[in-house]
Amino acid sequence: MYSSITDLCYLISTVFFIIGLKRLSSPKTATKGNALAATGMILGILTALFGALGGEPVNNYGVIAVALALGITIGLIAAKKVEMTAMPELVSLFNGFGGAGTLALAVVELVGYLSGVEASFGVLLTVLSALFIGAVSFTGSLVAFGKLKGIWNEKLKLPFSAYINVLLLLIVMIALIYYSINPSAISLGFVLGLIFLSLFYGFSFVSPIGGGDMPVVIAFLNSLTGIGAALAGIVYTNNVMLFGGILVGASGIILTVLMCNAMNRSLAQVLVGNFGGTSSSS
Amino acid sequence: MDAIISWIGENILFIYLLIFAIYLGTEIIGKVPVVLHTPLMSGANAISGVVVIGGIILVRLTPSDDYFGLLIGFLGITFATINVAGGFAVTQRMLSMFNKKKKS
Repeated sequence: MYSSITDLCYLISTVFFIIGLKRLSSPKTATKGNALAATGMILGILTALFGALGGEPVNNYGVIAVALALGITIGLIAAKKVEMTAMPELVSLFNGFGGAGTLALAVVELVGYLSGVEASFGVLLTVLSALFIGAVSFTGSLVAFGKLKGIWNEKLKLPFSAYINVLLLLIVMIALIYYSINPSAISLGFVLGLIFLSLFYGFSFVSPIGGGDMPVVIAFLNSLTGIGAALAGIVYTNNVMLFGGILVGASGIILTVLMCNAMNRSLAQVLVGNFGGTSSSS
Repeated sequence: MDAIISWIGENILFIYLLIFAIYLGTEIIGKVPVVLHTPLMSGANAISGVVVIGGIILVRLTPSDDYFGLLIGFLGITFATINVAGGFAVTQRMLSMFNKKKKS
């Protein structure tokens, strides 16, 4: 009974997200859509706080209350203080925090596996992918934020960055699959190495992209954070995380393409446009 | 390889749902006008803060003497909450700015 009500609340919360996103995409209903999505989120959080869990709850409500209060305060102040012209970089910064949240969850899970908790291929691949995506969206969003804010040098570029990025991506993919098939090979060194490589990839992936393309990159990174949240939802067998994440991931990709079209650019041009080092924008 | 095949077999219904959800996500915002790109991105970004739910579940299940787990869980909840609260608030501001412009 208790766990059915929990599931039902998560379901309602997911439906709020769907309708909220739908309304956000039309000028007349956008404000209501945002409020609806926020209501869905509040319901989801309340359900997570007081609903049934997969195990015996310890609760630690003190820790959770402080964390929530801190996050709400920082978030609301930042949203209120920001200049109207500085909104895209704030969205990017927020997105980076979302990515960091996913990264934190994945780290805790992996530490559990290091101390001997057994996991199947599917679960391991999911956790490792969540770690990679969370880390990439974290550092990537910070770089995008820095570039829009003008802290970052517009032309900062690693040599052969396009080739290095493809190589890095390949190495990470192979490592993810190899270690998911051979869980016993997972060591602390591997976990730390993967975290470092993923954080670095986020940096080297976004840093060669020009400031004018940043809104598109932010939409793309936002989509990545959604996918990361969905992966975390699989690990926690939590449907609102899973489907909320998928919705953001899928709509984020479409939004990225739409934004590219509005700028008369293709997604490939934006993301790997500087392949071979001849940047078109100068 | 066997592990992969059997995982697919056990989760086939889930894979169906996944495909439907991806399609739904792309379909929902298919007709968004250019002016709404940034608010929609921002609103969707706030929703991606749902990882906060995972953080809460994690901390509720972490033994009170597991300080490392609690610390990382604490950070996870804080970061994700910044994303959620800030994201919805900033979207609201963008949209209200918008409505004012229209009226004047």
